[in-house]
Amino acid sequence: MELWVLLIFLILFPALVALLFGILPNSRLRDTIVVLVSAIIIAASLCLFVLFAGAGKVYVDINGDMISQIMIGLEVIISAGLLYLAAKYRQYIIAGLVVVQLGVVIYAESLMQGTEALNNLFIDPFSIIMAMIIGIIGSLICIYSVGYMRDYHAHHPEMPDKRRWFFALLFVFLAAMFGVVFSNNLFWLFFFWEVTTLCSFLLIGYAWDEESRKNAFWALLLNLVGGLGFAFTFIYVGMIDPSGNLIMMDTLLAAGPAIAMIPAALIGFAGLTKAAQMPFSSWLVGAMIAPTPVSALLHSSTMVKAGVYVIIRFAPIYDASMVGYIISLVGGVTFLLASGIAISQSNAKKVLAYSTVANLGLVIACAGIGSYAAVWAAILLVVFHAIAKSLLFLSVGTVEHKIGSRDIEDMKGLIGRLPIMGLMMIIGIAGMFLAPFGMLISKWAALLSFIEAQYGFVLVILLAFGCAVTVFFWTKWLGKLIEVAWKPERMEVKISNFEFSALVPLAVLMVAVCIGFPLLSTYLVVPYVFAIYGLSATLGQANMIIMVMMVFMVLVMPLSLFYFRKNRKIVAHYVGGRPATQDMHFKGSIGVQRPVALGNYYLTDYFGEQRLSHIGNGLCIIFIAMIAIVLILGVGI
Amino acid sequence: MITGIPFEILFAIGFVILAPFIGAFIVGIDRKVTARKQGRVGPPVLQPLYDIFKLFEKEKVVVTNEVNFYILSHLIFVVFTGALFFSGGDILLVIFALTLAHVFLILGAYAAVSPYSHVGAGRELLQLMAVEPMLIIAAAGFYMVTESFAVKDIVLSPGLPVMTIPLIFVGIVFVLTIKLRKSPFDLATSHHAHQELVEGLTTEFAGPTLGMVEIAHLYETVFLLGIVWLFFASASMPWIGVLAVIIVYFLEILVDNTTTRVRWQVMLRSAWLVALVAGAVNLGVLALM
Repeated sequence: MELWVLLIFLILFPALVALLFGILPNSRLRDTIVVLVSAIIIAASLCLFVLFAGAGKVYVDINGDMISQIMIGLEVIISAGLLYLAAKYRQYIIAGLVVVQLGVVIYAESLMQGTEALNNLFIDPFSIIMAMIIGIIGSLICIYSVGYMRDYHAHHPEMPDKRRWFFALLFVFLAAMFGVVFSNNLFWLFFFWEVTTLCSFLLIGYAWDEESRKNAFWALLLNLVGGLGFAFTFIYVGMIDPSGNLIMMDTLLAAGPAIAMIPAALIGFAGLTKAAQMPFSSWLVGAMIAPTPVSALLHSSTMVKAGVYVIIRFAPIYDASMVGYIISLVGGVTFLLASGIAISQSNAKKVLAYSTVANLGLVIACAGIGSYAAVWAAILLVVFHAIAKSLLFLSVGTVEHKIGSRDIEDMKGLIGRLPIMGLMMIIGIAGMFLAPFGMLISKWAALLSFIEAQYGFVLVILLAFGCAVTVFFWTKWLGKLIEVAWKPERMEVKISNFEFSALVPLAVLMVAVCIGFPLLSTYLVVPYVFAIYGLSATLGQANMIIMVMMVFMVLVMPLSLFYFRKNRKIVAHYVGGRPATQDMHFKGSIGVQRPVALGNYYLTDYFGEQRLSHIGNGLCIIFIAMIAIVLILGVGI
Repeated sequence: MITGIPFEILFAIGFVILAPFIGAFIVGIDRKVTARKQGRVGPPVLQPLYDIFKLFEKEKVVVTNEVNFYILSHLIFVVFTGALFFSGGDILLVIFALTLAHVFLILGAYAAVSPYSHVGAGRELLQLMAVEPMLIIAAAGFYMVTESFAVKDIVLSPGLPVMTIPLIFVGIVFVLTIKLRKSPFDLATSHHAHQELVEGLTTEFAGPTLGMVEIAHLYETVFLLGIVWLFFASASMPWIGVLAVIIVYFLEILVDNTTTRVRWQVMLRSAWLVALVAGAVNLGVLALM
């Protein structure tokens, strides 16, 4: 199959199907079509992988003039729509930002007259990895949504049922993400970038009540600020090179730091907002007001991944520069403090939100360092995070509907009550932090690249403390899940096939990637890194073997339960010598039977949300100001 | 020089077989010295071994069956950690494997669903969080001195690492108290009714289950002292390291016997402060040199 057909298909097909979903009413037919379309997108992404994984960097030569015109037209329409909403809800800052941004883009366009834009689209191994994340994980989330949204509206009868709108938006979102990762033309990338901002705004505000509207506008505001930074890139590029060649990402990257540093910093700034780094992290935390599949989508395969994608793309420019180092500091500080905040939260979705912010921080810390080992680590982190986080969000969503709470304390003994859901969560959590799985490899490489970077010891310290904090909040969650009281009552609940058919593949994918990461590294990540740096980081063969050994040990260990279930005498636990029963009761004073209640540490005095986010926001604002100063003085290049 | 894969495997096997006996001997001496300090005669040096043998003869009593699975996993990963270390493996992987082992121990305590073990699990987790930064910073320190994470390269590199990373060594000795479950940082559980009658973390473990925890502790003790030795690793003068280990361990016994348990806040704050100062100053100086 021709590459251009495939790329255009991946971008246009979801977008066109979205139009169809806008019309179809709630029905079995619509549900079937969602599954079908998702399956087609998954197949197309796999097809892209199979056919072009070994092809290296391939450009697609499309005459982009007309398409660019259409994009500008669409941007004007979108801006008009946003202006209308902003005016209606009195969001004047947003209105101002929309107008300024549109003006900047049109002015920049006029600077680059007579552009002969070729090679507008491209793929390379990194795009393919991203396309697989978007195509596979994104589509699975769409399938899951079918079952989830049915339950959602059953739980919230007061809410207007706008599911048509919902599914249309999901697929537009996927289309825009494909656009982001396939675009070589920065104008195009920016157009898709803004579409993701718009989609996330509309999806966060799905319920459109007071609170969700507020959070949606907040997300929009912060992302528009970032978008404005992106738009200024065009003015800069248009001024230094009116021929418009530098608008192509590959030429810009090839031009080296002397020319590309300012665009890289501006786009990096946009990336920081989209990837919800401090001080912009609040939008992603607020976004959890949306239905859970939206959170899963924003956190795992779309939106925030667009943010880290551009920063990783520009990593070679940041390599060993002052600007790159400061961007790393923003990431590092966010990693440590957002992980810390996660300790103090008992709301499962909030813990997940802060852990996303933290992990993206680590990715950005790596990308800012920009050395080959760091980029290798960053890409693997993106992959592991996408899978684990989507699995976790979707599990939490389902569990919330079944037990009626998203509080971690209420998930006590989940592995006994809802064994399959409990197991899914455990796999997801293990993938997020536990030693032989996923994250460990990336942390190993991240530490290596931090040590080798100049002044990298600050990042080493941030990473060391961040790792410790991460272990704390994940382990206490795991502990809650396995605290099974004597003879748990299985809950009689029906989980829809749609939800299962997303959860099971994600869990399988998680385990498969943990075992098969050497292949992923060898065939996709290493070629990408090698093409840029001529060097490539690997964990070393001996270490790979040890890692895989550990994964197998962990997977085999549960077999020991067959042995331990025999010939054991089971007794009640010890409650300070009081007579206790096996179902977690003990004899209290005046002979009353009392239940045992166990709670976890939240350490709010140390890791309180307000305290840490104040510190983090302050520090990161200073860092971003430093980037501006460095660029203005011209010393960081 | 003794290198190559056969020797690495030999060292790993040697650790797996010998470490429990060496560990029992060290702990036995520890108990003897402690007893003498308190004016008692103390148990025979091999008492820790007798204790463990006896535990395995006891009735197999559990709160829930799953606990055994977590504890066995704990034991296996502690052994794995040590074997990886003594075979000259990657020190960062060693540290991550140790973390995994402790996560299993904590999960075992959580799975017991009892108030005492629950509190113990929470505290063990706090201890883990207190210690982790210092360990990772130490790995970074070793890398900066020797340009390698591999324990075998660190041993073979010229000079004593402690000369370049003295502050990190001090930091490691500090967190060693936490790792060895010694007062004043024995918050999760302490040895032989040292400060409490109901043990925290291990309250619900009995018989063979407790035996596994004890064996894991012996392995871990040897491994931790191995890390201390690594700071003085020198291919030509291995006895310097052994001497350092003996001195450090006696220091730990002294601290154990002269202090009382502190609150977790004090432990967390002090351990992090030590890690921060040791890491920032020592790594910073190395980076700027």
